[in-house]
Amino acid sequence: MVNAEGVAPIIEARGIIKGYGHVQALQSADFTAYPGEVVALIGDNGAGKSTLTKIISGVIKPDAGELLFEGRPVEMSSPLAAQKLGIETVFQDLALAPDLDGAANVYLGREMLKAGLLGKLGVLDKQGMKTAATGAFVDLGVAIRDASASVVNLSGGQRQGVAVARAASWATKVIIMDEPTAALGVVQTENVLNVIRRVRDRGLTVVLISHNMPDVLKVADRIEVLRLGRRVATFAVKDASIELLVGAMTGALDQERAA
Amino acid sequence: MSSLPQAPGGQGPTNSAAQQPDGALPQARPESFATRLRDSALSSNTLWIFLALVAIIVVFSILKPSAFLSSYDIKTIFINAAVALILSVGMTFVIITAGIDLSVGSILVMSGVIAVKVMIAVAGGASASGNAGWGPILVGIVAGLGVGLGWGVINGVIISMLRVPPLIVTLGTFGIALGLSDVLTGGVDIGGVPTKFSSAVGSGSVGPIPTMVLIAAVVTIAAGLLLHTTRFGRYTYAIGSNDEAARRAGINVNLHLIKVYALSGLLSGLGGLLSLAYFTTTTISGHETDNLTAISAVVIGGTSLFGGVGAMFGTVIGVFIPVVLASGLVIVGLQSFWQEVMIGAILIAAVYFDQVRRRARSRP
Repeated sequence: MVNAEGVAPIIEARGIIKGYGHVQALQSADFTAYPGEVVALIGDNGAGKSTLTKIISGVIKPDAGELLFEGRPVEMSSPLAAQKLGIETVFQDLALAPDLDGAANVYLGREMLKAGLLGKLGVLDKQGMKTAATGAFVDLGVAIRDASASVVNLSGGQRQGVAVARAASWATKVIIMDEPTAALGVVQTENVLNVIRRVRDRGLTVVLISHNMPDVLKVADRIEVLRLGRRVATFAVKDASIELLVGAMTGALDQERAA
Repeated sequence: MSSLPQAPGGQGPTNSAAQQPDGALPQARPESFATRLRDSALSSNTLWIFLALVAIIVVFSILKPSAFLSSYDIKTIFINAAVALILSVGMTFVIITAGIDLSVGSILVMSGVIAVKVMIAVAGGASASGNAGWGPILVGIVAGLGVGLGWGVINGVIISMLRVPPLIVTLGTFGIALGLSDVLTGGVDIGGVPTKFSSAVGSGSVGPIPTMVLIAAVVTIAAGLLLHTTRFGRYTYAIGSNDEAARRAGINVNLHLIKVYALSGLLSGLGGLLSLAYFTTTTISGHETDNLTAISAVVIGGTSLFGGVGAMFGTVIGVFIPVVLASGLVIVGLQSFWQEVMIGAILIAAVYFDQVRRRARSRP
């Protein structure tokens, strides 16, 4: 399914079904993300956002349905499988090691080693990682002065910055951000939205999961709405308004069933 | 909308942010300052313990200068500390992963028992083993280290893959390894340790340095480098800090935990060999509290029982404080039992300060 400009989707989920016991979290849900866009996935609590996010980031497997990446069907069996495809996720809990510093967290699991024999012995290139992480923070406008300060000593917004810098350093195609502004104040939220724009400007696709509609309208190019485990509407942001989005989220509007 | 990077914290954007020559943000400054203060407080925790050790040495030196600073006594202190240091080095890795290893003393005993039994068997009987050459000795050493490594792997596999809490797993293997050692020996210590082995390792020296001390020093330095400069060490801290984050970062957490417990087991096996060489006999009933000695040393040295934080240098100091106290108390004519009283109090204080530190830095 190409969009109006004739561009094929980078991620496409078709007819995803996922149940937990008697609860059907996703009932044939669809989702599409195009290259280089910020696509917001919104929906009320219980609409299935988290479940769908976990499926496209490889944390859980769907019971049925098809997941396509760049047009090819893919098995997203673990977050590592997603990472291999160039998809990085910023989880809502950030998944940082609080006692390690910012640079160590950016490089966690993908450490830089020293050249030569020392590297073969597993000796870390701490300076190299610090320099590169500091560069990543500056590029994204994340205000972390000292990349060797423990994450536990950073503020909520700075921790968010570390997690995003980590994802942005490794993602080659897509960054999924699960409720990145949920725990933040006004200024910090604005910072995160700026970071999202910068990531998009690098040509990456950003999937933004949120239920903050003003934020979504500020930063997204396109919006997909989930309701009761199904996609009920998609909007270009220029055609969207809070009233329309609320209508879609609450069931007053259902494009796909009508179509 | 400003595209300037802004420090979070609720302060509004300021124009001067763009004029900072190094891109530093004024809003970020108090943050980093506090951070640096706290980080230096963290590292100075080890410094305080170090100063405490120095103070203890100074006090005893003033009270009894001739005896306390004699080279004989310093040598004794180091030899007494060697085995405890090796166990504590392994324990440091384990505790940094937020685990615990209660089985070290029993693994030590069983490694010694197996090592001497193998030496005797290979040498061709108890009467011949006293004069055995390096061949049987080496086979025994490998067997002893193998027993330690094996127990460590068993601990690690049960903890990581079967998800039984480390406290319970190692309490269980503590009992099993000690019980098996008793079964194998009928509860009676075995002598017959080859003289070559005991005189080279147990009472031997390389130049002026006792072999036991040299081995312990090499192990400690190598382990310190492993912990502080390598990926292995980084993963150890990461798992102790947030194992779920480590898992999502693609670290094979189970395999790493197995390696960490295997290292602790292997070092316990080495401790068993050193103890065997030093006492020229197994010491089945002498190691019930080795685990507590090692845990207190690690914790006194500033490693957090909650994982993610710790340093090898701290552990070294944590080992020497009780040993120096014990020697010093005897020299000044007090009962050495007072050492246990003081170590108990220091241990509680160390954990209290760790708690205070954790509370101070955890903020919303």
